[in-house]
Amino acid sequence: MQHTTHFALFDEGSKKEIRRAILKAVAIPGYQVPFASREMPIARGWGTGGLQITLSIIGKQDVLKVIDQGADESVNAVNIKKLVNKTTGVETTIETSEATIIQSRHRIPEVSLTEKQIMVLQVPIPEPLRWVEPSEFKTKKLHAEKEYSGAWLQLFEQIMKYGKTATNADHPVLVHDRYVMAPSPIPRFDNQKMHQSEALILLGAGREKKIYAVPPYTDVASLAFEDYPFEVESFDEKHCHHCQATNVFMDELVDQETGETYYQCNDTSYCLARLNEQETLLEVAVEHAR
Amino acid sequence: MQDKPILQVKNLVKQYGSGCSVCADANDEVLEKNICPHCRTVYACRSISFDVYPGEILGIVGESGSGKSTLMKCLYFDETVTSGEGYMTPYEAGMANVFEQSSQQQRLIRNTILGMVYQNPVLGLKMDFSSVGNIAEKLIAAGDRNVQRMETRSKVLLEHVHIPLTRMKDEPKKFSGGMQQRVQIAKALSNNPPILLLDEVTTGLDLSVQASVLDLIKTIQRELGISMIVVSHDLAVIRMLADRTIVMLNGKIIEQGLTDQILEDPQHAYTQQLVYSLI
Repeated sequence: MQHTTHFALFDEGSKKEIRRAILKAVAIPGYQVPFASREMPIARGWGTGGLQITLSIIGKQDVLKVIDQGADESVNAVNIKKLVNKTTGVETTIETSEATIIQSRHRIPEVSLTEKQIMVLQVPIPEPLRWVEPSEFKTKKLHAEKEYSGAWLQLFEQIMKYGKTATNADHPVLVHDRYVMAPSPIPRFDNQKMHQSEALILLGAGREKKIYAVPPYTDVASLAFEDYPFEVESFDEKHCHHCQATNVFMDELVDQETGETYYQCNDTSYCLARLNEQETLLEVAVEHAR
Repeated sequence: MQDKPILQVKNLVKQYGSGCSVCADANDEVLEKNICPHCRTVYACRSISFDVYPGEILGIVGESGSGKSTLMKCLYFDETVTSGEGYMTPYEAGMANVFEQSSQQQRLIRNTILGMVYQNPVLGLKMDFSSVGNIAEKLIAAGDRNVQRMETRSKVLLEHVHIPLTRMKDEPKKFSGGMQQRVQIAKALSNNPPILLLDEVTTGLDLSVQASVLDLIKTIQRELGISMIVVSHDLAVIRMLADRTIVMLNGKIIEQGLTDQILEDPQHAYTQQLVYSLI
């Protein structure tokens, strides 16, 4: 393939700067490292933070998977994959286990990740205290002093108003018993996947110019009061209408004609893999029957 | 009254500006009021020393710009002192200078030993959060992680300051000035601080509300035995609340003693003027 741009779009100096920020982030789990967010061929707020990390760490041997809200085939995911492929020649995949780098918008795949994989999450608002303290100067100080009343207060307010914590996504977590971190707007369901994760998790916020990380095997605890324990979204007695999967994160859909609600896996590649597997089993069974 | 003070302040200095050769020793002959005419350094607090005893209310009076509020902000670590020492009996048995502690330690002192009520409720409250949330904030900061317990405590306090519980989930921005001030007092009291700092709490409130807030403060002090520092330029407030009073002028203490003594028999010319200008 003929490359018209530098490998992975960036010049080496840029990659080096971003990699340095990543190294610092890994060394201080949960700490937001400022970096010089580059102008990208996609708009800020469309995953530039994640893309910059991906482009800085990608090598020729890597295999890339990009997810957008659980889907491999959404316009955004496809375009990011195309961009990386055209500037590096790196293979892309939708199979979670085949990928070495998984860039994602707001989901961690259902298939458990391994030590050989890196999870890159796109982050819109990296500051967990932003909702209570608008000043960056002050939030930096609060982090330095491990003063997280604000994050707790936010949860307390939700309990007062709604009788439970009402964070649908981005439920704040305490990393390595030191920094409170915004896990990016992944559903609460995925928070637990960060705890003692085998894969390195890198989080990039392009617009806010911050990179932070959860290194492998790090403690990640979702904030919760003694009498209001942390709860994930419940999909009890629900199953995917395609692959019959249970205990996965599902989308709720409404049949326009009958008005019935039904569910399907949010992680499309997981669903597809299960369907293929079932089909193979069925074929084998049919073969045997003959 | 016990012999050992709960709070000791020694030679507290707060200046804004680096100073120059003209104002190096910062005496009255050189300064215009408390500002250096040469380098414009402001000497907000000039070597302030005083003690507060357990269960006592100490009044601080003085005109605008005399350094009262700066002193309060220094005591609550909102401002960093230029020099000076402060000792609080509940912290390290009163052996450590609180002004020299790390910001984490100062935050700990603030969250567990001190309560502050600002003149402007905007400084002390989060206006967009519920009243009960505002009170809980202080409890959370002091390490409480039990919603039930914090809610109960907040309710008790709100009743104590006469805020109807039907409005406990309302944000203070929806409250009148007097109600906001009472929520602030409830917040300051939430974790039973041994020392409470009150900065012009009744200024700007109408007379009946003033009376009820003062009444509340007096009741709290009698019931809980909290030591307080009350800053006001209103002598009537000081007369009603304070056991002892300090008079400040241009960043210095010019007179101190029992409140009655100062109001009935003022010694310093400025205090005399202050007392006799009472309408």
